[in-house]
Amino acid sequence: MRFALDIVTIIAVLAGAFFFLAGTVALLRFPDTLTRLHALTKADNLGLGLVVLGLLPQAISLRDGLKLISIWLLGLLAGATVSQLIARAARREGST
Amino acid sequence: MPVATVLELVLAAMVLGLAVWTIAARQSYAATVGFVAYGLLVPLIWVRLDAVDVALTEAAIGGGLGGVLLLAAAARLRATEIASLAETPGPMVRLGAAALSATTTCALAAALLLLPDPAPTLAPPAIAHAWATGLANPVTNVLMAFRAMDTMLEKVVLLLAIVGVWSLAPDAAWGGHPGPRHQADPHGALAFLARLLPPLGVVVGIYIFWTGADHPGGAFQGGAILAAMWLLVIMAGLADTPPAGSRRLRLLLIAGPGVFLTIGLAGLGLGLAFLAYPPAQAKPLILAIEVAMTLTIAVTLGLLLAGAPERSAQR
Amino acid sequence: MFEFLTAVLGFIVLMLALGLIPILRGPGDADRMMAVQLIGTTGIAALLLLGAVMGTSPAIDVALTLALLATFASIAFVKKGLSHLDDDEASTRADG
Repeated sequence: MRFALDIVTIIAVLAGAFFFLAGTVALLRFPDTLTRLHALTKADNLGLGLVVLGLLPQAISLRDGLKLISIWLLGLLAGATVSQLIARAARREGST
Repeated sequence: MPVATVLELVLAAMVLGLAVWTIAARQSYAATVGFVAYGLLVPLIWVRLDAVDVALTEAAIGGGLGGVLLLAAAARLRATEIASLAETPGPMVRLGAAALSATTTCALAAALLLLPDPAPTLAPPAIAHAWATGLANPVTNVLMAFRAMDTMLEKVVLLLAIVGVWSLAPDAAWGGHPGPRHQADPHGALAFLARLLPPLGVVVGIYIFWTGADHPGGAFQGGAILAAMWLLVIMAGLADTPPAGSRRLRLLLIAGPGVFLTIGLAGLGLGLAFLAYPPAQAKPLILAIEVAMTLTIAVTLGLLLAGAPERSAQR
Repeated sequence: MFEFLTAVLGFIVLMLALGLIPILRGPGDADRMMAVQLIGTTGIAALLLLGAVMGTSPAIDVALTLALLATFASIAFVKKGLSHLDDDEASTRADG
């Protein structure tokens, strides 16, 4: 049981780290503001979500686990809204 | 070299580099972004040093509220930014400033490195006396019991800061609403977030305040979170800033230091010292003070960021 | 598990360092806004991993606080501060 949980942790955290890498590199290398924004949201949602998923088996108590999940949900909500606002601001900046 | 040390070196180098860049940046908006990023990275260092209470405060104040405060200041200075960039100080002034900064840094480093090992500390007696209040978090004990005088005076300082900011209001706007009236599409993304997030944020803020009794947390961090949620609602245009002349607002502002002072004087009246708590009622008294303080801090921080009144109360 | 999490933490910290580059260089304010959002999310992941590595579960509370405050700061930056009004109200209403 312990071993299975550890495997889940390793796979999920590695996958999350990969998405963080993808998002960060894309933020540096993609040609256009909107494409960079798209990559940013991948790191936000998937990267954080997979890391949280990976740390859930390691959580000490139920309360810690619930806090982890709510951090991810908060990140989702915030990322979605901020991306919309940044895109709007970028369009305004570029068009004027 | 162990991985942990490499990690700490990388973190320290990043934070230092970012700090240097923030000072050297030409545009105030860019520098403010750098400052907020700095405020988001330093909590990592604090957690690494096992100072979770400080990490919470840094995340709340340095990362969020402080950066936005600087942003507002930069926006107000934008009109004069071009003129101020033109008047660069002479080489002698710069040399003097560099020498002074370097001397201060060396003095701080020397003071830290020359400390005897183990460094003199009052942490063990503070932890040993936790029975006096019944709270398990030693930081809260020091803030609310052993050095309660400092905490109370800090709240008074916050009050004076608000008075200072409000005194900048033009005559026509005296006692009016701070800041402009924000508007956003009521069906848009920002309004959606400002309806969904603040209830959760308020719960988290109250939780951080409540858990400060036995775990890292406390009134200040909780109040800062509440202030950020309130400002979010204001930024989305779902609510307006309250008028500075509002009696209810002013009652909230003095609630924190007021309750603190009252309980402190009551201690004097009961024959104990000023700000001494009778041991049996220490915990409920401290919690009562903290509730009042959290409300005051939330309102004060929100108003400090909102700025001086700009629109008159009768509009 | 401990060494693995420490290694991933080091990797995430490296991502943080990379994420600082758009702040320093980023042509345009939109890139800086995106970098702040990325640093916020990556910082939260780093805090969660650091908490798991060090065994301090209060680090999750710091991550929760950071999530809320980073969201607030990102939105404030997109709105360019509390004292500044979005002058393009028409376009805001059009694509709400």
